[in-house]
Amino acid sequence: MYIARSSAIAARLIGGEMMIMSAVDSTFFTLNEVATVIWQAADGRTRLSDIVALKICPEFEVDPAEAGRDAEQFVSELAQHGILVVSEQPIASTPPPEAR
Amino acid sequence: MSLLAEMNQKALGLGIPISVHLDITYRCNERCIHCYLDHDDHGEMTTAEIKDVLNQLSDAGVFFLTLSGGEVLMRRDFFAIVEHARRLLFNVKLKTNGVMIREAQARRIRELGVEQVQISVYSHRPEVHDAITKLPGSLKRTIEAIRFLKSQGLKVVIANVLMASNLFDNTGVMALAKELGVSYTLDPTITPKMDGDTSVLALRIPGPELKQIFRSEELVGNVEAFCAPPPTPGEDIMDGLPCSAGHTACYITPYGDVFPCVQFPLPSGNLRRQKFAEIWQNSPQLNEIRSIRGRDLPTCSSCAHVGTCTRCPGLAYMEGNMRGPSTADCEKSFQRTGIPTANMLFRSRGSSGVPLIQIRAAAAL
Repeated sequence: MYIARSSAIAARLIGGEMMIMSAVDSTFFTLNEVATVIWQAADGRTRLSDIVALKICPEFEVDPAEAGRDAEQFVSELAQHGILVVSEQPIASTPPPEAR
Repeated sequence: MSLLAEMNQKALGLGIPISVHLDITYRCNERCIHCYLDHDDHGEMTTAEIKDVLNQLSDAGVFFLTLSGGEVLMRRDFFAIVEHARRLLFNVKLKTNGVMIREAQARRIRELGVEQVQISVYSHRPEVHDAITKLPGSLKRTIEAIRFLKSQGLKVVIANVLMASNLFDNTGVMALAKELGVSYTLDPTITPKMDGDTSVLALRIPGPELKQIFRSEELVGNVEAFCAPPPTPGEDIMDGLPCSAGHTACYITPYGDVFPCVQFPLPSGNLRRQKFAEIWQNSPQLNEIRSIRGRDLPTCSSCAHVGTCTRCPGLAYMEGNMRGPSTADCEKSFQRTGIPTANMLFRSRGSSGVPLIQIRAAAAL
């Protein structure tokens, strides 16, 4: 599974928490540190499983299987609100939005 | 507390300007009779300068970005600016009169992911609206723009500034908003011009009519609750901040001047000479504003309305003292509740507005 950040959102990192608002339905989210790492790594070219294996597990010392399940649930929820785009193929698009 | 309120609180604690209002031009195709701006170009920031400012605002943690003017579409680089802002993932809100928005512009605004477009409508009657904007045909163009934006699925808000010239047309504008399927907001505040000229204040709604507006259920909801006498203010009010200006919000002019708020023209730095972060963190003016608490307001801290008043520090500043009362808000509190404000009582006694006896306490070091 590949994931990419949608361009129809607003986002900013505030004190370690990513603040995101959907421009489509104005739903507002804040992501914790782990979710922020996944969101920032969502470039459309890296598999979700690789993001979990390379960025989540070593950094947060979590069980890979459990982290994978949590990540998929998180991605599914954000995809429902149009915050993330999900595909079985790499997502080739315009350069991903800058996440400062 | 809502998630948004939580983030505002967090931004306040971290000293982050979560919300910035940037006027990209003061030029305008309308000449509204109540406008507080002059419409000449005194050297607006270039496209590159504005993009650099946006980069700095993004680095500073700004999330909500309002682009306004003047009329934003008077700038030929308007879409380049919005595109850059959206690339930086700001939540972008536009304020416009809509006159230059046709189908192509509406589509581009939607493609760029603008969150909301606020459009000024003064009356549902062309002869009234156009007399205020001094642009014949402007209401027709503005309504067409709203339809174009709506057809793109954009969130549109009609802002209805109410003054003596369009008094009670709010009902017609509300009906128009309903017909168009857009939100409606009313603002009865007329502010002095940026250069200090107060002649436009003659357009403010007279007190008795303001009272009538405040008793309109469709505008204020529960009239009894809205017009109820203010509760006794607690310590939290005395320790509270007057508003977000300078704390989590600020305003930037087309010339790069930084003010605490669009209604608070206290020069606090200029982005052509300083970096935004330097101004935000070190400006003596912004730091002075940040030091003010409810208890520091000489007249208002003794006022029954202190906890519920909409007192604007910027309007108070334009009256001569940022810690003083804002008489327009005193009038609103009075007309809303029927209870005179401390400022009104002091004035009626011929006082300077400073209580005769003041007690100040400070914590022991």
